[in-house]
Amino acid sequence: MDSHTLAAQTAETGHIEHGADHPPFLRHHFENVPQQREAATFGMWLFLLTEIMFFGGLFCSYLIFRNWYYPAFVAGSHTLHIWAGTLNTTLLIVSSFTMAMGVHAAETRMRKALMGWIIATLILGCGFLCVKAYEWHDEWVEHHVPGLNFSPEGFLHGTKDYPDDKLPLDMAEKTQVYFSLYFAMTGMHALHMVIGVSLLTILLIQVYGGKYVNGHVAPIENFGLYWHFVDIVWIFLFPLLYLISRHQ
Amino acid sequence: MSTILTLPDQATARLPKVSYLNKEYGLKSWLLTGDHKRIAMLYLISITFFFFIGAAMAALIRMELLTPPSDLLAADTYNKVFTAHGIIMVFFFLVPSVPATIGNFCIPIMVGAKDLAFPKINLLSWYLYIAAGIMMICVLTFGGVDTGWTFTTPLSTHYLNTNVVSAGLAVFLAGFSSIFTGLNFIVTIHRMRAPGMTWFRLPLFVWSHYAASLLMILGTPVLAITLVLVVLERTIGIGVFDPTKGGDPLLFQHLFWFYSHPAVYIMILPGMGVISEVISTFSRKRVFGYTAVAFSSVAIAVFGFFVWAHHMFVMGISNYSALVFSLLTMLVAVPSAIKIFNWSATLYKGSITFETPMLYAFGFLGLFTIGGLTGVFLGSLGMDIHLTETYFIVAHFHFVMVGGMLMAYLSGVHFWWPKMTGRMYPEGISKLAAVITFVGFVLTFFPQFILGYLGMPRRYAAYPPEFQVLNVFSSAGASVLGVGYLLPLLYLTWSLKYGKIAGPNPWQATGLEWQIQSPPLTENFAETPIVTHEAYDYEWLESRKGSEVPTVG
Repeated sequence: MDSHTLAAQTAETGHIEHGADHPPFLRHHFENVPQQREAATFGMWLFLLTEIMFFGGLFCSYLIFRNWYYPAFVAGSHTLHIWAGTLNTTLLIVSSFTMAMGVHAAETRMRKALMGWIIATLILGCGFLCVKAYEWHDEWVEHHVPGLNFSPEGFLHGTKDYPDDKLPLDMAEKTQVYFSLYFAMTGMHALHMVIGVSLLTILLIQVYGGKYVNGHVAPIENFGLYWHFVDIVWIFLFPLLYLISRHQ
Repeated sequence: MSTILTLPDQATARLPKVSYLNKEYGLKSWLLTGDHKRIAMLYLISITFFFFIGAAMAALIRMELLTPPSDLLAADTYNKVFTAHGIIMVFFFLVPSVPATIGNFCIPIMVGAKDLAFPKINLLSWYLYIAAGIMMICVLTFGGVDTGWTFTTPLSTHYLNTNVVSAGLAVFLAGFSSIFTGLNFIVTIHRMRAPGMTWFRLPLFVWSHYAASLLMILGTPVLAITLVLVVLERTIGIGVFDPTKGGDPLLFQHLFWFYSHPAVYIMILPGMGVISEVISTFSRKRVFGYTAVAFSSVAIAVFGFFVWAHHMFVMGISNYSALVFSLLTMLVAVPSAIKIFNWSATLYKGSITFETPMLYAFGFLGLFTIGGLTGVFLGSLGMDIHLTETYFIVAHFHFVMVGGMLMAYLSGVHFWWPKMTGRMYPEGISKLAAVITFVGFVLTFFPQFILGYLGMPRRYAAYPPEFQVLNVFSSAGASVLGVGYLLPLLYLTWSLKYGKIAGPNPWQATGLEWQIQSPPLTENFAETPIVTHEAYDYEWLESRKGSEVPTVG
C-alpha cells in the first residue's frame, strides 16, 4: 500500500486497519497486543517506583527519629495492640494470595472464579480497614493523637505489661514524633487501601459486565501489582511500628 | 559534507487538507482528546497564561525595588508577591514548560510512534495541572501565601496565617501532573520506538527528556510526601518538623531539597535537548560527541540527586557533609560543561545561519554558562557563606532558569512553531525579539550579581539607598525584558492566520518530525517509519531529497 492511499484511508476511518491481529481492546496507537501489554505493565512498575519514593520520605524520617528517640519509640510501640497488627498482616497476606489467584483466573478466562477471588480480596481489604479504624479509635481514647489530644501522661509511670517504660518528661514528649509518624505512615497506607478497594469495586463491576476474561488481562494484572505493593508496604510497617523491642 | 541552509520555496507550499488541527472541531474534541499534539497545544496555552501571571508578579517586584523604601507594596504584600512569582514560575511554568508542550508534541513523533503510551494519563496530567492552577489562582485571590516558594518550616507550619495549605495542595497536584508526564515519556521511549530506532539513533532531545523524566518520577513523590507532612503539621499538628514536639525543621529542608534540587535539572534538561536540536540544524552538522552529550544528560540526572544539601550550608548541617556535598556539587558541573563544549565544537566549521531559534540558542549558551559557573562559586563553601541569601543567588538562579531555560523554551517554540501550526512566524520581528530579550535579560540580572556580592539580601521589600542605582538598572532591564516576551505572544498569535505556509521541512532538519506534513496527521505517520539512519545525518536527508518527493497531506 503506498503512502497516499494509506493517508487517505487514515483520514476517512481515523485509524489504520491491522486485519486479523486487531482485537477490540488493542488501542489504536499500539502495533500489537504484546506491545500494549508490555507498555501497561512497565508503566505500572514505574508508578510503583514513584510510590516507593513517596513512602521513602516517611521511612527515612522514621529511621532518623528512631535513632534519636529510641526509648520513646519503644514505649510508643508497646502501646499498640500486637494482636491487631498480626491480624491485619494475616488479612493482607491472604488478600495478596486471593488477588494473585484472581489474576490467574483472568488469565485462564474464568469469569466466575475471577469474581469470587475479587470479592474475597475486597472482603479482606475491608476487614483490614475495620481493624485499623478500631486501632485508631483506641489511640484516640488513649490520648495518643499528636496535635489533637496528645498527653504524655501514660509514658511517665510505666504500664502493666511494660513496667520499665518509665520515661523522663522530655523523652515522653518525644513519643509524639513516634505517633506522628505512626499516623502519617498508617494513614497513607490506609489511603492506598481505600483507593485499592474502590478500584477493585470498579473492576468487579466491569468483570460482571464481561470484561477482562477475553485475553485482555492487563488491568487486572496491574491492579494486582498495586495491591501487592500496598501489601508489601504493610509488611515493612508492621515490624517497624509494632515490633520494637517486644521481648522486654 | 555540510551544506548551506536554503529555505524551500514557501510560495509553493500548501497547508495539508487533513491534520490534527482540523480533523475534528468543537470544544469537546479538544477537552476530551487523547492526541498528544492537541494536549501539547492545551498545555502551551495554559503555561503561557501562567507565565504572564508570574511575569506580572515579577513586574510588581521590580517596581517596588525601584526605590529603597517599601512604598509601592507593603512588606507583607511584597512577601506574597515574590512567593506567587516563585511558585507560579517554578511549578506552573518552568517544570512543565518544554516537556509538556514541545516534548509532548515531538517525542512520540521523534521515536516514530503514533502517540504517547498512555494518552488518557496524558490528558489526566493536563487536567491535574489545570486543577492545580485554579487552586493557585484561588490562593492568590483569597489573600495569597507568603512562605516563599520553598514552604520553609516552621515558618509555613506555625508562624503564618496565609493560605499555606491550599498552596501546598496545589503544588502537590501539579507534582502529580509532572509525574504522569515523566512516566508517559519513559514508557514511550522504551516501548514505542519505531523499527530501526535504536537508543543511539534517538535525537538528543529525547535523551534529555528521558533523563528529566527519571528525575520527575523519582524526585516528585518525595516533594509530595513532604508537602503532605507540612499540611498535616499545619492542620492537625503532628510533630515531624516541629522542634517543640521533638521534630526537626532541618529534616524538612533535606526532604524538600531532595526534590527541589533535581527539580532545577527537570527544568533545564529539556531545554538542553532543544539546544542540541537547534544547534545541529542551523550549523548543518551532527552534534559533536553525540554519545557524550547523551550520557551527560543521564549523568546530570544521577549526580543531580546527590547535591541537595548545598542549599543548606548555613543551616547547621555537619562540616563533613557540607564538604562532601560541596565536592559533589562541583562534580555536577562536569556533564553540563561537556554539553557546552560539545555544542561549541558542533558550531566549529559548521555552516551556521542565524535564524531566530539559533539566536535564542546563542543566548542560552552564553547565559547558561555564566549561570552554571556562578553555581560553582556558590557550591564552594567559603563563597557560599558570603553569598547565600543575597541577590547573587537570585541572579545565579535567573541566569540558569530565565537566561538558560526560558531562552531554550523560546528557541524551541520558534523552531517547532512551523511544525505545530503549519505556518512560519515573521522572521524579522522575531529576530528583534530575540535580541531584545537578550539585552533586557542581561540588563536585569547582571546588576543583581553585583548587588548580591555587595551584600544586598534577597526577599526584602526595602534596601539601603546606596543600592539604588543598580536596582534601577535592573528594573529598567525588566521592562525591556517584558517587551521581549510580549512580542512573541503577539506575532506568534498573528502568524496563526497570516504567517507564511511552512511546508513539511522548512529548516531542512533531519528529525522524523520534519519528514511528515506540517501540521501532522492525528496518527503522525501514515505508515510506521523504518529508521535506517543516525540522528542528524544531513547526507541521508540530501539523498532522500534527491530520490523522492516529500508528500504533503
